[in-house]
Amino acid sequence: MNFYLLTLIKMALTALVLLTCCAYAVWVERKVLAHIQLRPGPYRVGPHGLLQPLADLIKLLTKEGIVPSYANPFFYLLAPFLAVALALTAIVVIPFTPEFELFGVRTAIGLTDLNIGILFLLALSSLGVYGIAIGGWASNNKYSLMGSLRSSAQMVSYELPLAMAIVSPLLLVNTLNLREIVELQNGFHFGLLPKWNVFASPVPQALGFVIFLIAAFAETNRVPFDLPEAESELVAGFHTEYSSMMFASFFMAEYANIITICCVATVLFLGGWHPLWPAEYGSDLVPVVLLAAAGLMLLFHAAQAARRRKWDRFTFPVFGVLLLGLAPVFLIPVLKPVLIPFFWFVAKAGFLVFVFIWIRGTLPRYRYDQLMRFAWTFLFPLSLANLLVTGLVVALAG
Amino acid sequence: MPKIQEILKGAAAIAKGMSVTIQEMMNPIITDDYPDAPPVFQERYRGLHVLQRDDNGLEKCVACFLCSAACPVQCIYIEAADNTEQERISGGERYAAVYNIDYSRCIFCGYCVEACPTDAITHGHGFELASFNTSTLIYRKEQLLAPLPEGATGKVKLDHPVAVGDGGH
Repeated sequence: MNFYLLTLIKMALTALVLLTCCAYAVWVERKVLAHIQLRPGPYRVGPHGLLQPLADLIKLLTKEGIVPSYANPFFYLLAPFLAVALALTAIVVIPFTPEFELFGVRTAIGLTDLNIGILFLLALSSLGVYGIAIGGWASNNKYSLMGSLRSSAQMVSYELPLAMAIVSPLLLVNTLNLREIVELQNGFHFGLLPKWNVFASPVPQALGFVIFLIAAFAETNRVPFDLPEAESELVAGFHTEYSSMMFASFFMAEYANIITICCVATVLFLGGWHPLWPAEYGSDLVPVVLLAAAGLMLLFHAAQAARRRKWDRFTFPVFGVLLLGLAPVFLIPVLKPVLIPFFWFVAKAGFLVFVFIWIRGTLPRYRYDQLMRFAWTFLFPLSLANLLVTGLVVALAG
Repeated sequence: MPKIQEILKGAAAIAKGMSVTIQEMMNPIITDDYPDAPPVFQERYRGLHVLQRDDNGLEKCVACFLCSAACPVQCIYIEAADNTEQERISGGERYAAVYNIDYSRCIFCGYCVEACPTDAITHGHGFELASFNTSTLIYRKEQLLAPLPEGATGKVKLDHPVAVGDGGH
C-alpha cells in the first residue's frame, strides 16, 4: 500500500483514538473519584453518564471565548494552542504493537519510529511548560501569573529526576529508539518473571520506576503536585481567565499528557506490549476471559441489578452482548499478532492512568516549599544514586 | 538509618491510604436516586409543616399563637375564630380560621413544633418547595392540613346546643 495513504490513515486513527481517550479519561476519573467517595458520579447524560464527555464538549464549544481587556491577545490565544499541540504531538513516537502483516500490508500501530524517540519526548515535555507559562503571563491576572510561575518552577525542577530516571533503563538497553527498547525487554527470567526493565537482570529498575512515576505526577501537574491549579489558593491557577475551547484545550492537554506519560512509563519500565507471563501459560487468553467475564457480569446485572436505573434494562444487555461478541475477536489467528500485544500495552498504560486517579483520590496537596524541598533534596539525589548504581553495575557486568 | 526508617514509614502510610481508598471504591454507593426514585429521609427530618388532626378528624390547632410567637422569623400568620355550638372545627375552644406559613422566610428551625401545646403543627417530609413566584410560597391552612382520616368530615355538626366553654357564647 502507498506509504502516504497508510500514514494518513494511521494519523487519523491515532488522533481520533487519543482524543476519545482524553474525553473518556475525564469520565473515568470522575467515576473513580465518585466511587471512592461513595457517590455514583455522572450518570444522567446517557447510560451511566457515558455521553457526559459529549455534553461537556457541546457546552464548551457553545460558550463565549473571552479575552480580558488588558490581556496580551496574541500570547493569550497562543498559549492553549501551544499546550494542546505539544501534548498531542508527543504520542507519535509511542510504539503500541510490534510490526505485523495484515492483508499483505506490513506495518505497526504507532506513527513514527524515531531513533531518538526518548529525546524527542523529553524535548516536547520541556516545551509543554511554555503553554502554561505564557498563558499565565498573558492573562494579566495575579492568580494566573502565580500559577504559571509555580508551574514553571515545578516542571523545571521535576524534569531532572524524570530525566535521570529515564537514563537508567537506557543504560540497560543501550538505545534511544522506543521500539527497540520494548523489543529488548522480550523474554522471561526462569521462564516466568518477565524481563521488563523494572525486573531487569543486572539492576532491577523498580526504584527508577517509582522516581519516574513521582516526577510524572509533577510533570503533568496532578495531585499531590497540582500546585499550579490549586483551586483553594489560586482560583484555577494559570487558566483562571480562560473559557470556552481555550479552556478545553488546556484541559485536553493535561489529559493527553497523562496518557502519554503513562505510555512512556509502559514502554520504558513495564515492557511495552510484552505479556505479564508467557503465552505457554495462557496469557493470550486474558483479554478473552476479561471481556467475557465483563459481558457476563453485565448480563447478570441486567437480570438482577443492585440499583436499577431507568436505562439499565436496555443498556446492560446491549453492552453485555457487545463485550461477549468482542471476546472471540482476540482468538482470530489473523488478528492475534495485532490485538494481543495491543491489549497488553493498553492494559498496562490504562492501569497507570488508574493509579494517577487513585492517587488523586487519596493524597492531599503538598505545600509549595515541601514540593521544592522534596524535588531537590530527596528525589534528585535518589535518582542520581540510582543512576550511579545502575551505571556501575552495567559497566562491571558489560 | 533514621532517615531510611522515615522514608519507609512514609511509603507505608501512602500504601495504607491507598488501600483505604480502594476499599471504599468497592463499597456500594450511598447516594439516593433522587429524581428517579423518592429520597429516603430520617424520621426527624424537618420538611414542609403538616397541621395534624385528631382521631375524629378535628383540627388539633386551637389558635393559641404560641408557634407564631416562637417563630424567630415571624413567618406564621394566624387568625383565630371561635368554635360555635353548631359547628366544631378544632378540639379546643378556638380554631385557626387562617393559618399561613410564609416559606420564603421559614428557616425550618422547628421551634414552632416545640412550642405547640397540642402537637398540632409538625414537620413533614415534604421538601420540593421551589417556585418561580414567591407569592406561591405562602402556604395556606388548606395546603398544610393532614388529610382526613377514613370516614371523618373534619367538622362536628351538633343537632342540639352543647356548652363548649365561654368562647362559644
